[in-house]
Amino acid sequence: MKVLVAVKRVVDYNVKVRPKSDGSGVDLNNVKMSVNPFCEIAVEEAVRLREKGVATEVIAVSLGDKSCQEQIRTALALGADRGILVETDAELQPLAVAKLLKAVIEREGVQLAILGKQSIDGDNNQTGQMLSALAGMSQGTFASKLDIADGKATVTREVDGGLQTLELSLPAVITSDLRLNEPRYASLPNIMKAKKKPLDTLTPAELGVDVTPRVKTLKVSPPPERKAGIKVGSVEELVDKLRNEAKVI
Amino acid sequence: MTTLVIAEHSNTELKPATLHAVTAAQQIGSEVHVLVAGAGCAEAAAAASRIAGVSKVLVADNAAYATQLAENMSALIAEVATAYDAVLAAATAGAKNVMPRVAALLDVAQISEITAVISADTFERPIYAGNVIATVQSTDARKVITVRATGFDAASAEGGSATIEALSSAHDAGLSRFIEERVAKSDRPELTAARVVVSGGRGMQNGDNFKLLEAVADKLNAAVGASRAAVDAGFVPNDYQVGQTGKIVAPDLYIAVGISGAIQHLAGMKDSKVIVAINKDPDAPIFQVADYGLVADLFQAVPELSSSL
Ligand SMILES: Cc1cc2nc3c(=O)[nH]c(=O)nc-3n(C[C@H](O)[C@H](O)[C@H](O)COP(=O)(O)OP(=O)(O)OC[C@H]3O[C@@H](n4cnc5c(N)ncnc54)[C@H](O)[C@@H]3O)c2cc1C
Ligand SMILES: Cc1cc2nc3c(=O)[nH]c(=O)nc-3n(C[C@H](O)[C@H](O)[C@H](O)COP(=O)(O)OP(=O)(O)OC[C@H]3O[C@@H](n4cnc5c(N)ncnc54)[C@H](O)[C@@H]3O)c2cc1C
Repeated sequence: MKVLVAVKRVVDYNVKVRPKSDGSGVDLNNVKMSVNPFCEIAVEEAVRLREKGVATEVIAVSLGDKSCQEQIRTALALGADRGILVETDAELQPLAVAKLLKAVIEREGVQLAILGKQSIDGDNNQTGQMLSALAGMSQGTFASKLDIADGKATVTREVDGGLQTLELSLPAVITSDLRLNEPRYASLPNIMKAKKKPLDTLTPAELGVDVTPRVKTLKVSPPPERKAGIKVGSVEELVDKLRNEAKVI
Repeated sequence: MTTLVIAEHSNTELKPATLHAVTAAQQIGSEVHVLVAGAGCAEAAAAASRIAGVSKVLVADNAAYATQLAENMSALIAEVATAYDAVLAAATAGAKNVMPRVAALLDVAQISEITAVISADTFERPIYAGNVIATVQSTDARKVITVRATGFDAASAEGGSATIEALSSAHDAGLSRFIEERVAKSDRPELTAARVVVSGGRGMQNGDNFKLLEAVADKLNAAVGASRAAVDAGFVPNDYQVGQTGKIVAPDLYIAVGISGAIQHLAGMKDSKVIVAINKDPDAPIFQVADYGLVADLFQAVPELSSSL
């Protein structure tokens, strides 16, 4: 079984991003870029499936400009077998990403696609669901546990009240939640080996997908600032403030 | 313009999140309809028909929708949606699972987690863990939108008298099967609907110590939440997590105990009206957003707090 994992290049989660002063976009000059943390979890899950003999090959796919090769190499160092970059300088939105991934899945005969549940820049939480709908594959989002046996996937999902378990027929799309696994660190020898693993490049045109954005960003602005608060000296003072000043208890 | 709101419900009860989505829908179009899809969901449909400002409730009562399987729900909603200019749902785990599929089936973008309606096609939504607010305009003829409940007041649950119309279509894709749900029962208010939330972090040290927070929560009729670190360490279940990738809350009062205040946590609670932080580290970033900060050992301060309420 071939497994596809999507790895997105995003601003590192430790960076506090700010809008540019003219509101035209987000200031991404010289900020550290990383693999989206949820995608790292997706890669780990796919590699474990191969180590268990369930998956035969793990293909790491990223979509974006040339620099996304770095994130594919990271995935290869974590154990993915080969990479595909769908290269474009266009701004990619979730619907376009889903269409491109569907085209790659059809080309490669993929049985299982694992994506992150959400990317920490766009915070859209859409792409996996869109891919599943477009490709007619079953869907298990926000997964905290995944088992594959007898041509079925059993997935435990993090839902609002607790946990839900579904059985999915294959092919399936899974999106990873935080507690699916704890990703390993890439070892130096594996980072070296990753440099020699195959990495192919495709374009949206080759895949026959129109990636025109459907949503225009008119402006970006900082969120409203909270006004500075105070430190209280005791529990007694705290309770007094909550009762008589803030009037919330 | 007519808008359709997808109800979040348990077949017998309408979830309060739906009321916030109705308010957003009213700001987009004048006429609001609600779709209730479930199995044995007449009570939820009746509740929806009483929401002020809703003129029609569509009910799809069929076994295929009993557990809200995404494949079945999205096929139904996409079919019904063709009669509407915009389809909205509160951004619950359920809607996040279903709505992007609806958008894909309609070949339109989804606008995720809007916090304000600027006009019928322009919305505000937070990105980058709420560090940036983007104003976005949809160029699609039909809009698919999820609504962040904290951005909109709840519509009144009573006062409306919408007509109820039954839908007969049943979509069963046969791709997935519900096995079980493990949902913790609690007498406390729901995290996203509570007026007061008391959250604990890694500083709580173990799950047992959350009893200290529960004692405070009992006095204040509060929900109990947690940071990711507390959930990952197994102190409390996953559905307690507040933050960028957990639940977004904006109660009147949020009390953060033993939580450092990472941006991912702040993203889930910084729109609360009043924030209290109890932390032994005076430099913890949580104090930057707290209205009232108490530098103290939580194991002393929290019991003292519950006994003085
Ligand atoms: C400055 C700036 C401003 C932007 N403004 C907007 C905006 O206002 N509205 C908007 O819709 N978009 C905007 N984008 C694009 C946006 O950040 C996302 O890249 C895009 O919308 C995809 O959504 P997402 O990654 O949040 O999707 P999600 O659905 O959250 O992603 C889930 C998963 O899908 C997979 N995935 C998604 N994209 C890729 C990819 N390119 N390569 C590999 N895997 C992928 C990953 O596994 C990821 O974990 C902006 C981008 C930039 C740089
Ligand atoms: C992709 C991604 C998504 C994430 N999503 C979320 C999310 O949704 N929600 C979330 O919360 N986090 C999220 N995180 C994690 C986040 O970055 C932080 O790691 C986490 O919030 C830290 O939790 P904490 O504050 O409980 O722990 P710590 O940062 O370890 O803080 C513990 C605090 O407790 C205090 N303390 C310790 N003992 C005592 C005592 N006896 N009395 C008083 N104070 C004490 C300490 O001073 C410290 O400030 C995410 C991270 C990533 C990478």
